[in-house]
Amino acid sequence: MSTESKWPSVAIIAADVQSGKITATELVKQALQTIEDKKEYQAVIATTADRALERAKEIDEQIASGSNVGKLAGVPFIAKDNFLVFGSETTAASNILKGFDAPYQSTAIEKLESEGAICVAKANLDAFGHGGSTENSDFFTTKNPHDTERVPGGSSGGSAVAVVLDMVPFALGTDTGGSSRQPASFSGCVGYKPTYGLISRSGVIAMASSTDTIGTLARTVEDVAYVVDVMAGRDPLDSTTIDRDEQSYQVSNAASLKGKKVGVIKEYMGEGVDPGVKQAIEASLEVLKKAGAEIVPVSLPSLEYSLGVYYIVVPAEISSNLSRYDGQRYGYSDADANNLDTSYTSSRTTGFGAEAKRRIMTGAYVLSSGYYDAYYNKAQTVRTKLIQEFNAVLEDVDFLAGPTAPTTAFKIGQNTNDPLQMYLADVMTVGASLVGIPALVVPAGKAAGLPVGLQLMTKQKADRMLLSFGAAAQSAISKEISSKQSKEIET
Amino acid sequence: MANLSKEDVLKLARLSKLELTEEEVSKFQKELVEILGYVEKLSEVDVTDLTPTTQVTGLTNVTRKDIVQKYQADQQALLKNVPSRQGNSIKVRRVL
Repeated sequence: MSTESKWPSVAIIAADVQSGKITATELVKQALQTIEDKKEYQAVIATTADRALERAKEIDEQIASGSNVGKLAGVPFIAKDNFLVFGSETTAASNILKGFDAPYQSTAIEKLESEGAICVAKANLDAFGHGGSTENSDFFTTKNPHDTERVPGGSSGGSAVAVVLDMVPFALGTDTGGSSRQPASFSGCVGYKPTYGLISRSGVIAMASSTDTIGTLARTVEDVAYVVDVMAGRDPLDSTTIDRDEQSYQVSNAASLKGKKVGVIKEYMGEGVDPGVKQAIEASLEVLKKAGAEIVPVSLPSLEYSLGVYYIVVPAEISSNLSRYDGQRYGYSDADANNLDTSYTSSRTTGFGAEAKRRIMTGAYVLSSGYYDAYYNKAQTVRTKLIQEFNAVLEDVDFLAGPTAPTTAFKIGQNTNDPLQMYLADVMTVGASLVGIPALVVPAGKAAGLPVGLQLMTKQKADRMLLSFGAAAQSAISKEISSKQSKEIET
Repeated sequence: MANLSKEDVLKLARLSKLELTEEEVSKFQKELVEILGYVEKLSEVDVTDLTPTTQVTGLTNVTRKDIVQKYQADQQALLKNVPSRQGNSIKVRRVL
């Protein structure tokens, strides 16, 4: 694996296409060729090659005739396969949606296309986003670029691998409990979860509506911010969207780290964290400190319960959101069923994989009469306590920091027979999801040859501040890592 | 530990419109007991005077005017994925 990307920044690519230095068609062909060359990693479910080349041709014609295409002119990208996109099937990596031909496109995709971006492929995921490794994909498991015997993380594993292997300059994921951040950490790129509601989810297959967000994965925080600026804002088609900032989310001048107060979450640095991960995180915090940031320990005692809250609230919402797959209006339908009820049951039984079934039944249990108060209501009340703790701590510090996951990428098959163990991999990412705050993962070196990601969080709606700080942090950390590497080579 | 019998698992499957093999019933029984046992940790949290969260960014009652708007997809595009149709209607199996 090369460390140098063949893609310049997203802003430069778009400028080069607009100025005629390179054509959109060449870029789309380059992306499709890389996808083909790296197909053994199984990051992609299908390409949207025909439509992508058609759009590229249109964009090239527009430019030739002197029109201004937009901020993302000709920039190829890959979308996780739970985004409704024209040009190929949209399956969410599930058998029940095999063959589903999107009748409309998600708002996020529409906004990117309106600025000239071109979707070239659909990335693999854990079916419906249920998982942290892509092993729950009903089709195949994506391989980690650093070690093909390991998982890439998930559920947006295909999107992360697509970025790391240079297939495209950026990819879209989703993040419900860490699904863009954890694969960024495991595979080695930047992953971002915005404030809940900042980016519309219309046209994205719902998992858990109270925490679902649109994630962005790229090589640099600058690229993420550039793309987020195009997607952010209210959408009448998603009533949970919030007003965007009037200023751009783009990072113009990365913020100075000097004087910024960063709270290191004690609960994320204690027992259960792999020593190599802890060491990499501590080293990157040291870099921030050297650059003038104030590093202080903070404690959020209720974090201990965040995973418990998450695995009640989220299955409850999943059981409700997946009830729409009934074999009548779209998706797999058992043609032999002899009455409506049998048709529902046999279509769902054949169409859903084991993890979807597990979560649907867990959700049905915690919502059922007699257990609702003990589980669901209790979880939503503990969530209130968690929100209050985060708010109080974020009054005192500018940012929160810690690892993204307790370990580096685990081996394929290691956790597949133990669903609870698999859930525990989400322990450090679900907090921000339940509280609705933005969270950003930047590469923080490696532990035993595998990537580690530093997770940064801040207050709701302070996404601009987080992206700007994150860009400065990424640049300082990567400088330190490369200077260390060159010293090692010298000695 | 949550107490969940095989009959409970079958009832949950029925409510969820899922059919399970005997092997699946045993597997899910074991796994659900484990998952529910883990989340039961929440019972030790003191939540006196706190109310459940319903929305995290403070939005309430987001409404819009009830006006027909132009949409990306037309009727035929929306109907193209229907497994069984009669004209513009969705055809389902007999109910009884």
